Amino acid sequence: MTSGSQPNVDALLRDLAPQVLGALLRRFADFYTCEDAVQEALLAAAVQWPEGGVPDNPRGWLIQIAFRRLTDHLRSEGARRQREQRAAMQIPADESTAAAEPARGHDDTLSLLFMCSHPSLSSTAAIALTLRAVGGLTTAEIASAFMVPEPTMAQRVSRAKKRIRSSNVPFRMPTEQEWPERLRTVLHVLYLMFNEGYTTSIGSALNRSELSTEAIRLTRTVHRLLPEDAEIAGLLALMLLTDARRAARSGPGGELIPLAEQDRSRWDQAAIAEGIAIVTAALSKGYVGYYQLQAAISAVHDEAADADATDWPQILALYGLLKQMTDNPMVMLNHAIATAMVYGPAAGLTLLESLDGDDRLAGHYRIDAVRGHLLEMAGDHRAAVGHYRAAANGTRNIPERHYLITRAARIAAEGP
Amino acid sequence: MKYMLLMGGTQASFDSMNTWSPDEIQAHLNHMDELDGELRESGELVDGLGLAPPDQAKIVVAGDGGTPEITDGPFPEAKEFLAGYWMVECESLERAIEIAARTSAAPGPGGAPMNMQIEVREVMEAPPAEEM
Repeated sequence: MTSGSQPNVDALLRDLAPQVLGALLRRFADFYTCEDAVQEALLAAAVQWPEGGVPDNPRGWLIQIAFRRLTDHLRSEGARRQREQRAAMQIPADESTAAAEPARGHDDTLSLLFMCSHPSLSSTAAIALTLRAVGGLTTAEIASAFMVPEPTMAQRVSRAKKRIRSSNVPFRMPTEQEWPERLRTVLHVLYLMFNEGYTTSIGSALNRSELSTEAIRLTRTVHRLLPEDAEIAGLLALMLLTDARRAARSGPGGELIPLAEQDRSRWDQAAIAEGIAIVTAALSKGYVGYYQLQAAISAVHDEAADADATDWPQILALYGLLKQMTDNPMVMLNHAIATAMVYGPAAGLTLLESLDGDDRLAGHYRIDAVRGHLLEMAGDHRAAVGHYRAAANGTRNIPERHYLITRAARIAAEGP
Repeated sequence: MKYMLLMGGTQASFDSMNTWSPDEIQAHLNHMDELDGELRESGELVDGLGLAPPDQAKIVVAGDGGTPEITDGPFPEAKEFLAGYWMVECESLERAIEIAARTSAAPGPGGAPMNMQIEVREVMEAPPAEEM
């Protein structure tokens, strides 16, 4: 998504985007129009700065251009809005001249994140809007990351903005009562954004990895602004520790390589070290949350020199804690795997049986994939093949389907 | 010119891959990957998709008052389903046919070309812009 020769301009624009939008929103409350104006200012900068150089006060430059675009819009909307127009036409001196107002800029980023992760939006809409309004990405970039045509994405963003407008979401921090719930939604949107980029899809893996990179950048920003929140730290650590394995996760043809078979020399050790440091510090704060536990599990995997060296008893203990915190069936599935790794496949298979009645997992391919894996461990190859094939039929991810078909074929060839 | 290359199959042909050896599967996937890579490289690939197996298909017609009437699987063994497509933009029909033949020749059991039937269809264009 970076324009290649101008990575610095792109990075600067993405950093400034939420600050510029914040400055506009304080003068003129209509999110829809302000956001459009900021996008136009960002596009103008992306064209002009690489040629003519970055202005001395880039933030002020962007605010001025955005205000100008905003007044143009309002003018063309006619006299109906004359009053607002007059208010907006005056570019506030403090906004355009202040090179950086750290405190205010930071609040703006957070307020915008809360706004874009509003519960009235679907998660897809919230991710797209967050990428544009907080991440400073263009619609074309977001469309390419989601592999949809640009007009489709433009429509999605526009509908999300209209919804924000019609539900009168205010541009401010949530109240103290709202805070925990709203923060959880923000973290969930960032988590989904990361996952969207992490699930490779054939041929387009490169574009999509940008989503993970962007999710890490935004989460890093939130972590910097709210360093005392242990769950934000946990989420950032989880992303870093997961993303560290990206290069080893697929082969040259895009085929999926499971954790146990990855070439660990290709893991990003710097990201692992950073993730471990963050999650260790977070856990020492006393409050243990969902993301921290997942990060801790990821850290245990990342610390093992090879698959056999994995500290499964510790992972099992962590899943035990996680299970008390959520009834997410995926956590139960992973708990069954960890149990099998510690106490043998039969123990894991018994746990899986208790999941058979769970409607949320009924027919889900993951349960077949895990059962196939545990049956293979138990030496029941014939049954394992059947479950791997059922899983291959059920997944919607092409590399995963190929992996499961090949796995089934390999065991079938070895005989029962 | 844009062409759709449509690959069809029955439930039986979808399932037949289950009897292949790992090497046969890998050779098949490699062939498709290489072709995809080449078409991407040459700029001819517009879009391409593989579809989930037909036993998960639903056939829908609108009934009274527009309410959906749904037919679920299993479907007759011989019923042909769309398995996937490539949309390519290339110089000529001849080139589209050449690409279709490469797709058709993907190796199957024993490494022998499968010679699957590929339907080549030209895509209708939007009307030309009016002269200014």
